[in-house]
Amino acid sequence: MTYTLNVNGKALSADVDGDTPLLWTLRDALGIVGPKYGCGVAACGACTVHIDGQPVRACQVPTETVGTAKVTTIEAMQTHAVGKRVQAAWMELDVAQCGYCQPGQIMSAAALLAVTPKPTDAQIDAAMSGNICRCATYTRIRAAIKRASGQKEA
Amino acid sequence: MTCHDVSANRRQILTTVSAAGLTLSFAIAPKAGAAETTKPLNAYVRVAPDGAVTIVAKSPDLGQGVKTMLPMLIAEELDVAWESVRVEQADNDPKTYGRQFAGGSLATPMHWDELRRVGAVARAMLIQAAATAWNCAPGDCVTTAGAVVHKASGKARTYASLALACADIIPPDPKSLMLKDPKAYRIIGKPTPQYDVAKIVTGQPLFGIDMQRPGMLYATYVKAPVFGAKVAGADLDAARAVKGVRKAFVVEGDPNGLFPAGMTGQGLLPGVAVVADSWWAARKGRDRLNVTWADHLTSKQSSRGFAEQAKALAAGKAGRTPRNDGDVDAALKASAKTVEAAYAYPFLSHANLEPQNCTAEFKDGKLEVWAPTQNPEPGRQLCAKTLGLKPEDITVHMVRGGGGFGRRLANDYMVEAAWIARETGAPVKLLWTREDDMQHDHYRPAGFHFFRGGVDAAGNVTALHDHFVTFGEGASVAPSAGMSAAEFPARFVPNVRYEVSAIPLGVPTGPLRAPGSNALAFVFQSFIDELAHAAGADPLAFQIKLLGDKPTVGEAPAIYNAARMIGVLKAVGEMSRWGKTRLPKGEGMGVGCYYSHQGFFAEVAHVAVSSEGAVKVKKVWVAADVGRQIINPHGALNQVQGSVLDGLSAALHQAVTIEGGQVQQSNFTDYPLMRINEAPPVEVKFLTTDYSPTGLGEPALPPAIPALTNAIFAATGKRIRSLPITAEMLKA
Repeated sequence: MTYTLNVNGKALSADVDGDTPLLWTLRDALGIVGPKYGCGVAACGACTVHIDGQPVRACQVPTETVGTAKVTTIEAMQTHAVGKRVQAAWMELDVAQCGYCQPGQIMSAAALLAVTPKPTDAQIDAAMSGNICRCATYTRIRAAIKRASGQKEA
Repeated sequence: MTCHDVSANRRQILTTVSAAGLTLSFAIAPKAGAAETTKPLNAYVRVAPDGAVTIVAKSPDLGQGVKTMLPMLIAEELDVAWESVRVEQADNDPKTYGRQFAGGSLATPMHWDELRRVGAVARAMLIQAAATAWNCAPGDCVTTAGAVVHKASGKARTYASLALACADIIPPDPKSLMLKDPKAYRIIGKPTPQYDVAKIVTGQPLFGIDMQRPGMLYATYVKAPVFGAKVAGADLDAARAVKGVRKAFVVEGDPNGLFPAGMTGQGLLPGVAVVADSWWAARKGRDRLNVTWADHLTSKQSSRGFAEQAKALAAGKAGRTPRNDGDVDAALKASAKTVEAAYAYPFLSHANLEPQNCTAEFKDGKLEVWAPTQNPEPGRQLCAKTLGLKPEDITVHMVRGGGGFGRRLANDYMVEAAWIARETGAPVKLLWTREDDMQHDHYRPAGFHFFRGGVDAAGNVTALHDHFVTFGEGASVAPSAGMSAAEFPARFVPNVRYEVSAIPLGVPTGPLRAPGSNALAFVFQSFIDELAHAAGADPLAFQIKLLGDKPTVGEAPAIYNAARMIGVLKAVGEMSRWGKTRLPKGEGMGVGCYYSHQGFFAEVAHVAVSSEGAVKVKKVWVAADVGRQIINPHGALNQVQGSVLDGLSAALHQAVTIEGGQVQQSNFTDYPLMRINEAPPVEVKFLTTDYSPTGLGEPALPPAIPALTNAIFAATGKRIRSLPITAEMLKA
């Protein structure tokens, strides 16, 4: 069946089964591959997207439940006031190693800063501990969030 | 066309440049075609008319940063602005580039000299072209960031304007060229973000899993939970009935595919493939297969059984005695204090965040694959052998991998994708599920060490006995399950006996980041800490004393540079204010050091342990000696910090356990990885010593684990002798 989704400000149609997780509709039907598959059980955060501004694990959202909600992926973060700052900090600090988890990390960080402009370490821990970085770039992830929020990094 | 596609009308000049015995070949174009706008200076370098410089990255990048670091070496000696450089990933092409792989922390030591000389050769050719045009001697010219300058007159020609003229210039012998004085470096030693950083943070297609081909289908492949078991039955029609499923078929596989020799890894194991219009449809089809598996001779194996066998083997006569110095038993009798301890560590999974995958296309008898592999050429050979193709009919494109850690030295996913694509008759992207990935790894082998050691009244180690129970058959050891007869502290202790016994194993094993070392550092450095405490000595001073007063011990390649290790131990002691910090109850500091992959590392961990047994690592200090030059400080620091946290993550959380011949863990829910809330700050200092630079992908990991376990002992008086660490072990 055809579902029309609001993704990154555009109406995009995908012919998929309604139970197809949003992650796979984005990746395989719509060619939006920034959200990554890591676990399929909401344990790693690599597939994080925003739905109406909230960070969610796209591997757990059936396409038929998305409706008219606004889906935002890493591909649109350059036009997102906070997201753009987060991406810039990620580049300046050269956060990534393999980079596979980083779209999900950036989506979680942008969602955090949108509601908590100057997060404490504890708030960073709470918001970011759903995102695994197998390369363990956590020191730089923390520093980049501090930088994007205009706080001292160390 | 890329610069390494050497067409028939081009001559090739082969030049041996490396003392390590590697052959570097330059593919030189003598005459540019009229339509050619971008001119290869050699197999690695092209200069475009607009001044853009393209440098080829020869080896695969899975997060270790070589797509940036190796081209930096060329760019430095070529003398161009890094901002003008475009980096292009090479395909697998060993004839042109020699060995292309990511492993052993070898990218730096193998290429430090060789690739700087590649840049220097290209620069010398550009200078020669300018000198010819100006009718002067090359020595009258210098270069500056992309241009040749005539010293006397100050006139200049850009590299872009000279590139075509280089076609008529014979490249000089790389060995004849003077390389830059390090003081003049403009790229090497400067913190340089990864070349692909913008693509990474904006989610651009970059990884194996992101590959798309016209008409591509999606595949999933089910293998037996007991490694190598054959398919007894499968409801293929039920899978085919699922909407979107195009094909479902049984793959007989290679009965000898489980443990082929060397690093090519697992061959094509038996299984069932489901191919569909989307990966989700393939998965739904797979769920209907109801596969049954034939019984297999390893289906009774279990982790508990291995531990029992190890204990029994340790009580008997060892299988082999690779080392027997002095008289261990007499020395133990004469020791002032003796310690006896049994250590164990579990199987580990690599848990790359990007599950194994590969895209393959079979057309007109030729195979093309796009693989996030660490080791493309053995993958090509494996595909050739399994599919009955000529290697020259197979092209392997190296795609960025979402983490390597040694897992992608094997190419099982590549041969599976190749087979399924040929059977399907369409381009296919095979993607493993997370569960497939965790249950079909080449695991870090578990192991068991039964130690006895003695110290004299002056605090010298007088005797050490290790009976190592590992996996293998007779004298042959499972991949990555061995131990060198020179394992430290052999040669530093007068009486040492190393014995080895082996348990047969049906579980594939292979290299995990710092293979061997990632386990041996834990057991040996913990046991040395036990001996230090038995001697009533400060553990760090005890380590330095054990290293003795000779700068080096042994001969290459088993030479041990004690002076360099003492250097990092002293440095980490200063960094961490070792012995000078008063800690509250329940906190402690521990030290570990280890030499692996040509790097010397000493690390101190500071931990707090709660009365419930919860471990909080508060900080880790690292002193490192990898020689005289850090090429990219950005990448270097990231690798060291990541390695340390990787080691802590394994020690605090991870075990793969076997029951009924199968892996019991399946996802990050039962195989946890460290998360940000647990990650301590890691302070790193690189000592500069007068040795050639070596790699950083691995050697920081091994000492992190004993630093942690020794700190836990300092905090609690409880000795961690088996991993992972649990709260049960540490409850007050």
